[in-house]
Amino acid sequence: MKTIRLLSVILVLLAGAALILQGCSGGGSDQEASRSGPPALNRALAAEPESLDPQKSRSTQAADVLRDIGEGLVTYTAAGELVPGTAASWEMSDDGLTYTFRLREDARWSNGDPVTAADFVFGLQRLVDPATAAFYAAELGNVVNAAAIVAGDKEPDELGVAATDEHTLVVSLERPTPYLLSLLTHPSTFPVHRGSVAQHGDAFARPGTLLSNGAYALADWEPGAVIDLQRNTHYWNDAETSIDHVRYHVVTQELAEFNRYRAGELHVTSTVPPENFEQIRADYAGELHVAPTLGVYYYGFNLTRPPFADNPELRQALSMAIDRKVLVERITGRGEAPAYSWVPPGVDNYEPVQLPYAGLSRQERNAIAQSLYRKAGYSKKKPLRFELRYNTLDTHQRIALAAQAMWRDVLGAEATIVNVEFQVLLDQMREREVTQLFRSSWFGDYNDANSFLAIMQSDSAANIPGYSNAEYDELLRSAGEQVDLARRRLYLEEAERVLLADHAVIPLYFYVSKHLVKPEVGGWQDNTLNYHYSQHLSLGAVEGDTRP
Amino acid sequence: MVSGGVLCAIGLVAVIGPWISPNEYLTADFNNILRSPAFADGHVFGTDDLGRDLFVRTMMGVQVTFAVAIVASIVSLVIGVLYGATAGFVGGRVDAVMMRLVDTLYAMPFIFFVILLLVVFERNFLLIFVAIGAINWLDMARIVRGQTLSLREREFVQAAQLLGVSTPKIILRHIAPNLIGVVIVYVTLTIPQAILIESFLSFLGLGVQEPQTSLGKLVNDGTDQMEGAAWLLLIPATLLAVILLCFNFLGDGMRDLFDSRRSE
Amino acid sequence: MLRYTLRRLLGAIPTLFLVIVLAFLLVHAAPGGPFDDERALPAEIEANIAAAYHLDEPLPLQFLRYLGGVVRGDFGPSYSYRDYTVSELIGRSFPVSLQLGVLAMLLAAVTGVSLGVVAALRPNTALDKIVMGVAMTGISIPVFVIAPLLVLLLAVQLQWLPASWTGSESSSRLLLPVISLALPQIAYIARLTRASLIEVLSSDFIRTARAQGLGTAAIVRYHALKPAMLPVLSYMGPAVAAVLTGSVVVEEIFGIPGLGQLFVRGSLNRDYTLVLGVVIFYAALIVLLNLIVDLLYGAIDPRIRRR
Repeated sequence: MKTIRLLSVILVLLAGAALILQGCSGGGSDQEASRSGPPALNRALAAEPESLDPQKSRSTQAADVLRDIGEGLVTYTAAGELVPGTAASWEMSDDGLTYTFRLREDARWSNGDPVTAADFVFGLQRLVDPATAAFYAAELGNVVNAAAIVAGDKEPDELGVAATDEHTLVVSLERPTPYLLSLLTHPSTFPVHRGSVAQHGDAFARPGTLLSNGAYALADWEPGAVIDLQRNTHYWNDAETSIDHVRYHVVTQELAEFNRYRAGELHVTSTVPPENFEQIRADYAGELHVAPTLGVYYYGFNLTRPPFADNPELRQALSMAIDRKVLVERITGRGEAPAYSWVPPGVDNYEPVQLPYAGLSRQERNAIAQSLYRKAGYSKKKPLRFELRYNTLDTHQRIALAAQAMWRDVLGAEATIVNVEFQVLLDQMREREVTQLFRSSWFGDYNDANSFLAIMQSDSAANIPGYSNAEYDELLRSAGEQVDLARRRLYLEEAERVLLADHAVIPLYFYVSKHLVKPEVGGWQDNTLNYHYSQHLSLGAVEGDTRP
Repeated sequence: MVSGGVLCAIGLVAVIGPWISPNEYLTADFNNILRSPAFADGHVFGTDDLGRDLFVRTMMGVQVTFAVAIVASIVSLVIGVLYGATAGFVGGRVDAVMMRLVDTLYAMPFIFFVILLLVVFERNFLLIFVAIGAINWLDMARIVRGQTLSLREREFVQAAQLLGVSTPKIILRHIAPNLIGVVIVYVTLTIPQAILIESFLSFLGLGVQEPQTSLGKLVNDGTDQMEGAAWLLLIPATLLAVILLCFNFLGDGMRDLFDSRRSE
Repeated sequence: MLRYTLRRLLGAIPTLFLVIVLAFLLVHAAPGGPFDDERALPAEIEANIAAAYHLDEPLPLQFLRYLGGVVRGDFGPSYSYRDYTVSELIGRSFPVSLQLGVLAMLLAAVTGVSLGVVAALRPNTALDKIVMGVAMTGISIPVFVIAPLLVLLLAVQLQWLPASWTGSESSSRLLLPVISLALPQIAYIARLTRASLIEVLSSDFIRTARAQGLGTAAIVRYHALKPAMLPVLSYMGPAVAAVLTGSVVVEEIFGIPGLGQLFVRGSLNRDYTLVLGVVIFYAALIVLLNLIVDLLYGAIDPRIRRR
């Protein structure tokens, strides 16, 4: 009958389509070497990179992948020491304003072309060019003319970088920048193959067209799923690379990531689910890696509005009432370190300054906090009422609840905790109209105290509390002019002391990196930067693995 | 009918429970984290990862879930009935246009708009009701319209029209009451839908916000704790399943009841 | 039939336009922009970015610009995937979602109908109760509970199936997501089929057929099934919508690069163009699907066709 025929035709079509599609995706891009070749290293990314264009990228995940498919003038070892990358050697002038880099003669792009100084110049100019709209355009702010170019007052080719010959790059600075080398490991400073951009325009950063000067090349990218990297045989240090094939899987849910790890689908996770932390610590002791990193978790005051504007004593009271030890042991409980300073420990050439009350016992702290609270005019009958805002995440909520309880118990202050969506919170923090106390965090871009202290300058865009202290600004400015590292350090420490004495923020704890790493992965070393280049890793045999 | 009884029982416990329990759903007791259920220490259902009593939180969750579901259904009911009755009764061009609008709205990927709405308006409690109600009223409108069309031809309506009663009055006082049967059946069937939508929104982080909770949210949170603290999942999930089943059976029962009455 | 189809398609255009306008307004009403981050940018850089993406233009102008693009098939660049355009992203993720959705619907339809038939043929027996009981679990336990449970059991503990989409290249990675998606629909379809078939089986013309000596199997196949399928068919529309909704959850849990997951990421990241693109695409899809269902309905029920 006609109708049944129609129905069956449709059904057959649907089934056919389904099978075809299945055949397509199952047999398409992710075949090639992954089936028959040596096993791939499967790593996880907590979020999808928004771009693999070195100058357009932004997130830490993008930077992680970029560090595998590109290389800057300098790079890091597995232990986190700064070593030559594409630059074989360099010299700094006596006034600290000119750096001359000599590139390796055997540095090559993945198509065999030599990596030249001009490629670096191109990349750096691209970074500051307003047309690129690069997020890290301000990274090299101290390079001659950089700020002016970003503002649109000068042309990109006036940037203070020059290729004096094929393998020599000269960088000219407006101010001494002791952490310049650290900056030059950042993917936004990576070179770009000019011919590639000329040929493909802005679409050059895709699989198949993106050229790499690093240990791996971009083989494929399934947005939302996985990024595939293959060994770059033209890399100058290719002989030291063990693993041929790396796959970065995008996994946003921590528990799902843990499941995949257990099912053997991931070798390295990007984090560890907090709910299962105890279980993991017990069952996977040898595979769990927890290490301090350069990140601080803090509560910031809105210093432009009541009740915290012009009220350092109240701020100090709130800061002292928080028992950080309880926070890191009971609430977060994953090896974090309590924060009594703004700059995390482990930064190059620097010893963080501690909060004045760091050494006191809990009773002493609470007593002082209570008296400060009363001095600010509050009491049990007239408690301080304020709002603490945080973005939606389980951890933030738990900490906020704990803080709320602590303020209530120690001071009698009534905090209302408000949970806001991330984007909305960013807006509110920036506008400073509704926030009073907010949760935030800061991660250092480069291994220097300045990466934490600079953001508290009055004119810094990342200065969310609205901290404005002329003495602080002056100290940082002076620090920026020092060539002698020891003197510079003194200025920086003094600046941190001023910042902490003003209690512009309540630092709570320092972040740790947490990874699960399968035993068959070799070469993994924890470091404070949390950089784990795939080229330093190796993949051994698994027990019971019958693959060749 | 058993279902009706069960539901009432659950509702009662949900309301009374938090009153008589010594624990508060808000208090985080960090010394008592993740205790499994035990009568002895007063935490009948155990505690969650912040030390909050699960019994009270679950009862709270039931209250919220009921509230969301009922209010959302009422929202969709009111809009749907008024809209559908008007379209069906007035008929003609107005009806055609109104139904056209319904068809148009049907085409919109509603769940996406709900997500967008919640993202835009900062997830307040009220909005969740509105959003869920906004998804459901279309079906209600269609069904009501169909019913109205047939009711329109009945004698008492025509009598009212002859008497000169105004159209809105006719709709309100004559048509609407006769729709009750159909509407009740439909409402009891859409309530489970509303509950599931809310829990789905909780999954995305867009549902009810802390410190309040709903069954859907508790189930979501419990799923994360599945391996370490299974009771955090089992108890709310069982309760949720029971409630959904009850509503489904209730709806079936209602439908049988009203159908048999009508076809007499 | 052809004229009807064309009329419906033309009528879809104002619908789509309305959808675009609504979505555009909603997305731009959301606080926060696509490039906000905790590390706030210096003013000049923000200005550069805004200019590059035309975000500094007045809203009506941005809308017209966008509309112009849509008409030409260009849905703009994505803000959260800066190397790809929206069309490319949708083009890559839609087949994945489609595959998942179609397989889930097929599974649901076949299993649901079979279960419903079995139950209807032996009403009120133990078999009936068991089958319906199993079906009911699909309705009362949400997908985001079932899916992780299945993963825990079958992927982690037993290691029979992959735990995620990228965990394996074989088609076995489809199994868990498809089953998770299909489960609730199996329940509804089974119940519908059972109720509907029971009703049909008690009607006059079936009794006539039985009196004529036809066996049960033949009755079901040639006489009862078609009319019994009508309510199931009209459920197909809502079923597809439900699968759509469920796919967002399933894609999230299994890490499947599908359209649902793309949309959620886009909304949370305020990726305007991506969100708009997905919304429009889905609206067009739903219109098409409604049309197909109506045509099918007409094909099955000759009474409707004559309208």
